[in-house]
Amino acid sequence: MPKQSPIPDELSKPFWDACNEERLVVQYCTTCDRIQHPPEPTCDQCAPNEKLEWKEVSGRGKVYSYGIMHDCRVRILQPDQPFNIALVQLEEDPGILFYSHLPGTPVDQVPIGASVQVEFETTPTTGQKVPEWRVVG
Amino acid sequence: MYRGTEGLGVWEHKGKVAAVGIGHSPTDRRWDLRPETSVGAYAIIALRNAMEDAGISPDQVDGLVLDPSTTTGAMWPADRPIPDEFSQAFKPGANKVDGISSLSTEWLVANMPELSNINFTMYGTTCMSNAICVAAQAIGDGMANTCLVLKAWDNLEGRYAQGGDNALDTIGGSGQWSNPWGATGPYYPAHWFTSYTNKYGGNHDMMAPFVVNSKRNGLLFPEGFWAQHRPEPLTVEDYLSARWIVKPVNLYDCDIPITVAVAYVFTTAERAKDMKQKPVYILNHSEARPKPRSVELTLEECEDSAASLGRRLYEGAGITADQLSFENMYDGYTLFHHLMMEGLNYRGVKQGEGLDFYQTDISIEGPNPVSPSGGNAGSGRTRIWMHTDCIQQIQGRAGARQIRIPANTGVSGGPHPRGGDFVVWGSTPD
Repeated sequence: MPKQSPIPDELSKPFWDACNEERLVVQYCTTCDRIQHPPEPTCDQCAPNEKLEWKEVSGRGKVYSYGIMHDCRVRILQPDQPFNIALVQLEEDPGILFYSHLPGTPVDQVPIGASVQVEFETTPTTGQKVPEWRVVG
Repeated sequence: MYRGTEGLGVWEHKGKVAAVGIGHSPTDRRWDLRPETSVGAYAIIALRNAMEDAGISPDQVDGLVLDPSTTTGAMWPADRPIPDEFSQAFKPGANKVDGISSLSTEWLVANMPELSNINFTMYGTTCMSNAICVAAQAIGDGMANTCLVLKAWDNLEGRYAQGGDNALDTIGGSGQWSNPWGATGPYYPAHWFTSYTNKYGGNHDMMAPFVVNSKRNGLLFPEGFWAQHRPEPLTVEDYLSARWIVKPVNLYDCDIPITVAVAYVFTTAERAKDMKQKPVYILNHSEARPKPRSVELTLEECEDSAASLGRRLYEGAGITADQLSFENMYDGYTLFHHLMMEGLNYRGVKQGEGLDFYQTDISIEGPNPVSPSGGNAGSGRTRIWMHTDCIQQIQGRAGARQIRIPANTGVSGGPHPRGGDFVVWGSTPD
């Protein structure tokens, strides 16, 4: 499903570079042993004493919630309406969420709580890869 | 200016600031490019109406608080010339679109020479709720004595939020985390509602009594868009058959963008004693600025924020939930109104009980009125009806919308749950 291509900035470049290598990484604070996403300049929990690194995660998660988009504001997605937009909780920390169209899941048949596995999808304009999630098991 | 944490105690200015005047402009669906229907012209109408309603002369006003942003979503293109008729009708502001697609205190004072004694100005951004809190605190702190509080909206041509970043094939900034999946607009109340029904049970059909009731109350609001232009009742069948926007958000769960301006007159409780209208006292104000842990506020984060907000509002006002006569929390989108109602513990409604409560008598005639203003659903996208209604209900001036039980204490505010400002209003200062 063609998506807008994210334009990385200084803060997000490591995340998007990893996606292009088909790896999912998130920021990790070695001081408070906590991950956070989206990336921020400082640790949400213990700034200014934090030491932030990038950490590769499993790419496994569960479906937390969803909506079915019928009238999208984003032009490039409008030809594919209606479509699923799920929120996926990361296995390592359910507080960390990612959006997903849940490729392979029929529209409006989203299984809350189902296990999902990350995959990577190439966006058409720049070729930047983005994380997507597929229901497994 | 803002009160955002628990444990602050009773607001130091409780009952020392009062609303004493209300002024509304007409409403329109779109601006027709005539200067007399511009957002600037409507702002001036609203301000003059508010002063007349309060029975004060412009030279008695020393404060002006407003939100400079007026757009409902469409912007005046930077290269589009300003209409000649508009330029001839008004003095220009520092921003060339002042009066068309923004407002400034300087533009208003320049075009309202009768406001000759303004010595305190401040912006309360985002919506009227914010401006109200700023003005109330400013008066309490002695920065102004009699203050105009203004919020205006312009609705230019074009579909709502369809341009800008949403029309591009690439996306930067904060949108890089959400736009590629189209998680915009009413996606957030959609996923909250999905989570809510998954957690507590219930379904979207159970929203019908609330939305139908809100539309009914809106048609009893003569200042509102639907009452003025399209006085069409909404039936349960209309609601249930409406097209989806982001399922489970349908068309009637969204509000209609309009052009309008609304102003209030606030003053000290002492000064309010001899004014034309019955004073409505501000018992407390509070802000809510929940920060999501990740890409979006979860239902649980939203519920925690709403519960904390409820505790703060009562703590600062020195009241308990059972003292509320009615509630006018925000409803644009309708699918999160019950979350704030639960946060208030209104009529004892706890988390997970809001949809069931909607199946009881929530009308203005009953003992448990919910959103008697009708909110945005009832009168258009302004985020002000709830405040006007609180003032009018407590003054006994809500007309056909007047709740049947005594209207002594009300609460209004928004656009929480993702952030907002809130007010507790009372018929007496204590």
